[in-house]
Amino acid sequence: MTQRITIDPITRLEGHGRIEIFLDAAGNVANTYFQVPELRGFEQFCVGRHAEDMPVITNRICGVCPEAHHLASAKALDALFGVEPPPAARKIRELLYMAFFVTDHTTHFYALGGPDFIVGPDAPPAERNILGVIRKVGLDAGKAVIACRARNHHVIQLLGGRGIHPVAGVPGGWSTSVTEAQRAEIAAIARQNLDFALFSLRLFETIVLKNPVYRDLVTSDVYLHRTYSMGTVDAQNRVNFYDGTIRVVDPEGAEFANYHPRDYAEHIAERVEPWTYLKVPYLKKVGWKGYVDGADSGVYAATPLSRLNVSDAMPTPRAQEQFEAIHAAFGSARRGGRFVPIHHRLATHWARLIELLYAAERMIELAEDPEITSPEVRRIPEGVVGGGVGIGSVEAPRGTLTHHYVSDERGVLRQVNLIVGTTNNYAPMTMSIRRAAERLITAGRIVEEGLLNRIEMAFRLYDPCLSCATHALPGTMPLRVLIRDCGGAIVKELRR
Amino acid sequence: MNGAKPKLALYWAAACGGCEIAVVNLQERFLELAAHFELVFCPCLIDAKKKDVEALPERGIALTLFNGAIRTDENAEMARLLRAKSELLVAFGSCATEGCVPGLANLGSRGEILRSAYRDGITTVNPDGVLPGRETAVPEGCLRLPGLLERLLTLRDVAAVDYFIPGCPPEPARVWEVLETVIQGKPLPPPGSTIGAGGQAVCQECPRQKDPDKKIERFLRLWQVAPDSVRCLLDQGVVCMGIATRNGCGALCPRVNMPCTGCYGTPEGVLDQGARMVAALGSIVDVEQIRGVPEDQLPGRADELFAGIADPAGTFYKYSLAASLLKGSR
Repeated sequence: MTQRITIDPITRLEGHGRIEIFLDAAGNVANTYFQVPELRGFEQFCVGRHAEDMPVITNRICGVCPEAHHLASAKALDALFGVEPPPAARKIRELLYMAFFVTDHTTHFYALGGPDFIVGPDAPPAERNILGVIRKVGLDAGKAVIACRARNHHVIQLLGGRGIHPVAGVPGGWSTSVTEAQRAEIAAIARQNLDFALFSLRLFETIVLKNPVYRDLVTSDVYLHRTYSMGTVDAQNRVNFYDGTIRVVDPEGAEFANYHPRDYAEHIAERVEPWTYLKVPYLKKVGWKGYVDGADSGVYAATPLSRLNVSDAMPTPRAQEQFEAIHAAFGSARRGGRFVPIHHRLATHWARLIELLYAAERMIELAEDPEITSPEVRRIPEGVVGGGVGIGSVEAPRGTLTHHYVSDERGVLRQVNLIVGTTNNYAPMTMSIRRAAERLITAGRIVEEGLLNRIEMAFRLYDPCLSCATHALPGTMPLRVLIRDCGGAIVKELRR
Repeated sequence: MNGAKPKLALYWAAACGGCEIAVVNLQERFLELAAHFELVFCPCLIDAKKKDVEALPERGIALTLFNGAIRTDENAEMARLLRAKSELLVAFGSCATEGCVPGLANLGSRGEILRSAYRDGITTVNPDGVLPGRETAVPEGCLRLPGLLERLLTLRDVAAVDYFIPGCPPEPARVWEVLETVIQGKPLPPPGSTIGAGGQAVCQECPRQKDPDKKIERFLRLWQVAPDSVRCLLDQGVVCMGIATRNGCGALCPRVNMPCTGCYGTPEGVLDQGARMVAALGSIVDVEQIRGVPEDQLPGRADELFAGIADPAGTFYKYSLAASLLKGSR
């Protein structure tokens, strides 16, 4: 008898995600499907809009990472109007972006991904959330988490006008300059962020790395996938969130591509599946071979771990120390100019904290740069240049984000194409879910609550923005697993 | 004993998550909120499922903050369920209140949404013209998806709404004012009211200097001008929606030299934000400049004057199209 397990809702993208697991007659996993049942249609209704409205319109794709859309959009407009922002504007944009990375990665570690480790994967579900984290690490640390989010949203509002859905991005720069008093305040906040990042890494070391049970979990093959990795790098092939080229390395770590973001369509193609509203990107030059690992499969990941995998180094000293440490911990040797990629996907949590540290260090550099208070923050363009095409990209916390606009000569949009951070990881998430299900559900043996959480951990590590709310609230994933017979009748229900 | 606390639900439908962030950005007050209410439904926060909501008595939830528009049949079903179970159903944020930016989809059709996403996408490779469907047969069984509605609807289109909290997203300080009122048991305004905002226009809160006699010779696109930071943006020819938008945000956008784009919706007593804006613009356009212009040159001069508004729908109805008198193009 074929059995079917439905996990619904997953509630990680605009309300809903769904996993369907089919078991064969023997009770082993025959296949899994990860469905995204929602679509708002930005590509359609952005047509006809003023191009310069896009930083504000595309904020509304995601209220968790509007800063990423705002900046990718502003960069696409720089290209569309052929105007390079003044240095201070570039730096203000990146400064806002570092504050955003600090708050966003903090939310994931403490409220969403971290509870599985800090409280424990097998802890009672009612404990596995931010409140459980606070009980475990103490109220002071809990308040430090809240304070970190608060001060960085304050920075976002100072620089971008609003704490959520900032507005200051314009073609050719930024709408407002930074005063000396603001600069000094932000520099002080950045230094607090550095302390907080180091605290978080110490916590990770104490709770996860020194615990043999967790080490086994992180290094187990349940969460292992050998795919291509993608990320933005600077001219020295180091991690960069705001600007650079897109580097792709193969599963062994050899550079497969390193291209300007404007050439993305030569490298990425998207597949349409009839059973989900989300498209599935893959490497065009490798081709789609299905949801499978390996160098012959076009599946790639774009995550914090992927960004470390494509980079030769971190641009800041403390993050570099951690970069060395994570590779040492996984026994990853240097080959050529860089380390062999890490494919144990749970290491993404560690990579995310290393990025938190980098963002804090970079934020200090930018806030202490005297040029950032220059009043020259904007260049006024002549009009739309070239063929009316503007492409911009940034590294969103959840992957490479690309905005592509085509406009008429008046700057009214004719076509829009968007490849959003999490979307890059749709195939890998699907594979991770399947792998976890295959390993954990065998011959009809159902691991009850632990199964639910370990399946949850398989996609939580990607920090999916499938629901923007994923990043918003303390993250006990509500799961209900229905086991049905062929006719759809419910045989058993598991929930927590 | 949790049972003594009033029950609270937070739900989102077709939305971006910014409304959730606005609640989380209550920061330490979020803990206060959790102390006063028993959170019975909030899919990203606690384990309660749809069936747990179904098991609650009618009006068993004291307060539901519902954010997001109604884009799928599943959104509509949840809205109706939560209406039945809630004492107070609040449309929380611009999507639930007036459709917000996703409401611009009503300028086109459901078919156009599917075509642009799955057939015409620049990076889309779809030689067989596959479109996501309500039911898909796969080798192992049948997979189902919620259906996209032909048009995007607002919450009040599918359920009776007690209060509206505007904003994209609502500013956390204003959200807290509302929650504090409820927590302290203070009286709320009559049902159907907009709360968590002012009743006037954003201009009331804007520090910029307005010249009451200023007439506008032409409107400018945002990319064309770096406005000065002191004078009214509209006086400088920038289409700032503040004059047709409800106050309550604190005029945040004009403070960073950007125009209000209208996210708090219509001021009290105004039915249609775009119509209000067009009327306001009509009264400040400099008609003197066209006095004496030969009749055959008038259309050209008008085009010049309005060249800065190449997208009237997206400019005047960026957030309110789905709830406007026009409701879109069809």
